Amino acid sequence: MAAPTATIAPTVETRASRGLWGDALRRLVRNKPALLGLFFIIVFVFAAVFATVLAPYGPLEGTLADRLQPPSSEHIMGTDSQGRDEYSRVLYGAQVSLVAGVASVIMGVAIGGAIGAAAGGIGGKVDSVLMRVVDVMLAVPGILLAIGIVAWLDRGLPQIMFAVAVVNVPIFARILRGSLLSLRESDYVTASRALGAPGSRLLMRHMLPNSLTPLIVAATLALATAIIDVAGLGFLGLGPPDPRTPEWGTMLTESTKFLRVAVWLLIFPGGAIVVSAIGFNLLGDGLRESLDPRMRR
Amino acid sequence: MTRFIVRRLLGAIPVLFGLSIILFCFIHLLPGDPAAAILGQHATPERVAAMREYMGLDDPLWQQYLRYLNNLLHGDLGYSVINNQPVLKELAFRFPATIELTVAAMIFAAGIGIPLGRYAARHAQSWSDGAVTVISLLGISIPVFVLGLTLQYIFAVKLGVLPAAGRIDPRANLEIRSNFVLVDSLLMGRPDLFMDGLAHLILPAIALGSIPLAIITRITRASVLDVTNEDYVRTARAKGLGERRINARHIMRNAWLPVVTVLGLQVGGLLAGAVITETVFGWGGVGRYVVDGIGNRDYFVVQSTIMIFAVVFLVVNLLVDILYAVLNPRIRYA
Repeated sequence: MAAPTATIAPTVETRASRGLWGDALRRLVRNKPALLGLFFIIVFVFAAVFATVLAPYGPLEGTLADRLQPPSSEHIMGTDSQGRDEYSRVLYGAQVSLVAGVASVIMGVAIGGAIGAAAGGIGGKVDSVLMRVVDVMLAVPGILLAIGIVAWLDRGLPQIMFAVAVVNVPIFARILRGSLLSLRESDYVTASRALGAPGSRLLMRHMLPNSLTPLIVAATLALATAIIDVAGLGFLGLGPPDPRTPEWGTMLTESTKFLRVAVWLLIFPGGAIVVSAIGFNLLGDGLRESLDPRMRR
Repeated sequence: MTRFIVRRLLGAIPVLFGLSIILFCFIHLLPGDPAAAILGQHATPERVAAMREYMGLDDPLWQQYLRYLNNLLHGDLGYSVINNQPVLKELAFRFPATIELTVAAMIFAAGIGIPLGRYAARHAQSWSDGAVTVISLLGISIPVFVLGLTLQYIFAVKLGVLPAAGRIDPRANLEIRSNFVLVDSLLMGRPDLFMDGLAHLILPAIALGSIPLAIITRITRASVLDVTNEDYVRTARAKGLGERRINARHIMRNAWLPVVTVLGLQVGGLLAGAVITETVFGWGGVGRYVVDGIGNRDYFVVQSTIMIFAVVFLVVNLLVDILYAVLNPRIRYA
């Protein structure tokens, strides 16, 4: 069979593609909400990493004589009921939220990804069994599952991370399985299967790299919920075992006792949670739009 | 249709079965002696021995599991170690409070979210569409407890127009029959208590409904936009149908499907959110019960509440699937 020689001349001059990620990046830097999100995230990460330098006081340092002082030049976010500087505690709180949020999402992606890859890659009985396990996990609504796990494993930061990770496992597993299933029937996978590529090579070299984009988007959005869930556990009294730990959710629990007299104890830790969640939500939405331009409206 | 319902019902069984195994392990894999762990460090040896007997801890694990399953199916959810009351009784008493709150939150979320999403879709790319997008972004980014405390501060502490916490004025002598405040007050023929109950419901319902509101708005907007661009809508417009008719008959009928699915999925989120909302607003429902249970290490309470929430969630999802099949005949034959 003769090779086709005629080519269709493009009617519109298009810019050269720089590959999936290059193109996505180009679209992302033009997406203003996503850049705003990225800015919030940078502020959040900067606060966490340089808390020791930026904080004027230690997170546990304070005297009762200074308790419940409103924001002033000395304490720009006021002080709490123990006289500790709220600004310093919000900064140190970013460390807890960042570490717990990122660790739980990484754990969730690893476990959920492994389940999803096995289910979507192997298929058959393995798929049915794993998906039933995922169904069971999905049957317990979000934070309740995390609450149950922390109640069982006892309080502690590693337990919180694990609990929040488990909440995310079924979500990641389903996403990866879904995209693997749709790829299994695609022409290029059929072609490499026909060429005799073994199953493991098909999965690792051809299918997984092409199914990671939805997982990356979901992981970015999950960071927002992870930060909220970690704070939620703290708010319910299931935060780090040492109640003095500067954790945003635990700090908010204290604010409830002083809502009438010290609203700054609500505004600043609450604002910190909201700003970091907005950051990851905006970036996640932006990533989704730039990786899949059809999503854009 | 019956076959579809039966198939979905059968599908829920393995999930409940799996969950029962996990929740059984939850109690039986507690570190150390589970009986001692359940009763706490101040329990007398006699009470520990009685608990070991009740739980049958000396039997093989599979026998213990079968007994647990048998108890579960007979409605024996164990006893609270705090007041020695059957957990089922307490759950049955508190459930109406949680239902009242979640239904109110859902009415708030759907009642505002659907019209808002439709409005944004009709004015796509305008500044008002942008404003709706910002509102829904805030909705998913503000945790229930932050919003709840903020609402309390503004409307109860500062403005003093709405009560900060509780389900009804503590001085009101409401006769509890169904434990739905709104129903009981009407049964008593006391519209004043009904209004008081309603006032207590507003802030928690808004706090709890904010995330579903954001999600419903987004989905409605996207779904309406999707359908609006369909060929048959253009055809309807081309043949001169009125906008109102196009909206009702051509756009909304097809745009409902994803919205209904999301409404169902939000129920799980609402139940989970109720745990936190009830803590913020001192609302005596099931969510508060489980949080208190954790604080008191009342394991049977935690175990049973999770089970009940999962059952409710599965039932609601089943109902949504059925509604979905009614709305979209293609599903039934898939």
